[in-house]
Amino acid sequence: MVLGNYKSVVAARSADKEILKGAQDGGIVTQLFAYALEEGIIDGAIVAGPSDEPWKPEPVVATTKAELLAARGTKYNLSPNVALLKEATRSYGLDKVGIVGTPCQMQAVRKAQLYPIGMRDVPDKIALAIGIFCMENFSYQSIEAIVEDHCNQKLESVTKMDIGKGKFWAYTERGAVSQIPLKITHKYEQPGCHVCLDYVSNLADVSTGSVGAPDGWSTVFVRTAVGDDVWAKAIAAGCFETKDIADVKPGLDLVTKLATEKITKNQKTLDARATFGVGKGLRNPYL
Amino acid sequence: MVEKITVGHVHLSGCTGCLVSFADNYEGLFKILDNYAELVYALTLVDVRHVPEMDVALVEGSVCLQDKSSVDEIKETREKAKVVVALGGCAAYGNITRFARGGQWNQPQMESYVPIGELIDVDLYIPGCAPTPQQIRNVAIMAYLLLKGTDEQKELATAYLKPLMDLAKRGDEACGCDLMYDVINQGLCMGCGTCAAACPVRAITIEYGKPNVDRDLCIKCGACYAQCPRSFFNFDVMNEFEGITELIKGVME
Repeated sequence: MVLGNYKSVVAARSADKEILKGAQDGGIVTQLFAYALEEGIIDGAIVAGPSDEPWKPEPVVATTKAELLAARGTKYNLSPNVALLKEATRSYGLDKVGIVGTPCQMQAVRKAQLYPIGMRDVPDKIALAIGIFCMENFSYQSIEAIVEDHCNQKLESVTKMDIGKGKFWAYTERGAVSQIPLKITHKYEQPGCHVCLDYVSNLADVSTGSVGAPDGWSTVFVRTAVGDDVWAKAIAAGCFETKDIADVKPGLDLVTKLATEKITKNQKTLDARATFGVGKGLRNPYL
Repeated sequence: MVEKITVGHVHLSGCTGCLVSFADNYEGLFKILDNYAELVYALTLVDVRHVPEMDVALVEGSVCLQDKSSVDEIKETREKAKVVVALGGCAAYGNITRFARGGQWNQPQMESYVPIGELIDVDLYIPGCAPTPQQIRNVAIMAYLLLKGTDEQKELATAYLKPLMDLAKRGDEACGCDLMYDVINQGLCMGCGTCAAACPVRAITIEYGKPNVDRDLCIKCGACYAQCPRSFFNFDVMNEFEGITELIKGVME
C-alpha cells in the first residue's frame, strides 16, 4: 500500500502555457480543475488561494479559471481546505464539488463520505478529489522562520518556493535564489504530520506531485473510477502532454523510495507514542 | 422477502430534529422501511404505547431526571433492545440540554438532563446536531448487514460500526474542547479544517491552520471531534470507500 491503489500512472504537464507559467510543476491540478469546470464535471473547486498575507494560503471556492490561476503554486503551509467542504454546498450552492488537498485532507474527505457525522448532504456531492504528494507541512510561522531567518529573504519578495534535491529553495523577484538543506527545516515541521502514513494521497481520485517526473513535469496517479473518467476525458480533449512513467527519470523508483521512507519513519513515531510515558501512551488515531 | 431487522425510535428530551433528519432520507427512508427495517416503535408514526422487544433502538434526546416516565423508558429500552443507539448529540452527550437549569414553563422543576449513557450502557453513538440523514442511513444499512448479512458483510459492518461503538465507550461528555484535549494536545492536528466544516453552529474557525472554538457558541454535540480524521481513522474501511459507497448506493436503489 506504499503507493496506494491506482489504475494508471504517467508523467504529465498541462498543454496550456498560461497555466504552466505560474504552476509549481506540471500544472496538473489547475488544468484538471479548469477542464472539469468547463465541462460541468464540477461546479467549483476548493483550492488554496492567496490571502492578505504573503505566502499564507486561504481556502477559496474557485468557480472560474481566473480564480484557479490565482491559486497556482505550492505554499508549503496550512490551507485548511476541508473547512469549506460543507460551506461549498451551502453558501456557494455547489452540487458537484472539486477539492484539492494533502493526503491527510483526502483522508478527511473520504471519512466525511463514509462517516458524514457533521457533513449533512455532503457525501455524494464530492465530484473530484485531487490529492498532492506531501512529505510534511509547516505552520505559517515556520515558513516565516525558514524564509526570513534561514534563507534571509523577505516573504513578500519571494516569487516561488520549492522543495527538491534535498533542499528548500526560495526564489525572489530580483532573481536571487536562496537554498538551505532540508535538515534545517525538519524541526519546523508540523507535529501532526509525523503520524501520517500516506505520501502520495492514496485516497484521492487523482493524485499528483513533482517527485518521479522531470523538471516542469508531474507524476500523476489515476486511482478511482471517477478519476479515471475525468482523466481520460481531459487527455482526449488535449489538456495534457504525457510521457510513459517508465521512460522518464527518476521515475517511480524515487516515488516508492520517498513514500517508503515517510511511512517507515512515521510508523516509528506511532509505535513510540504507544510507550511515550511510563506505562502510558499517547493516542493512536488509526484504531 | 428477506427478514427485516426491527427498529424503534425512542423519544426523550429532544427536539425531534433527529427523527426529521432520519426522514430527510426521503425515498431512502421508504426503501429502508420497505426492505430492511420494520419500524416497531415511534412517537406519532407507530401506534404502540409501550417499548416493545426490538433489535435496534434509536434513542433521541437526553433523560430528564425529574420525569419518571423518561427514566423508566430509557431503562425499559435497555432491557428490550439488543442494540441501543444514542441518536444525536442530546442522547450521546447531552448537547444543548446540558445547559438547562429548570424554571421552564410549564414544568419549572425539570432542571436536570443527562445523556442516556449516564443511566444505561449504550452500544453506539451517532453524534451531531442533528445527526445527518446519510450517517443514520449508513448505520441502518450496516446494522442490517451485521444482523442479517453474509459472513463477509458482517465483517464489513463490524469494521464500519466499531469506531462508533468505541465513541460510546469513550464517555458521555463532548464539546469543542475535545479537539484541544485529544487532538491538538496529543500532537495530532494537521490543520485540515474538517472540524470547522462539521460544526453545525459555526463555533469553530481556523486560525493559522488550527481550530479555534468559540465556547459560548459550542452546544456540545460532539460532531467536530467525531468527524476529525485524527479522532479515529480505520484504514480497513476508508481504503474501501469506493466499494462501500457503491454498496450503499446499490442497496438504496
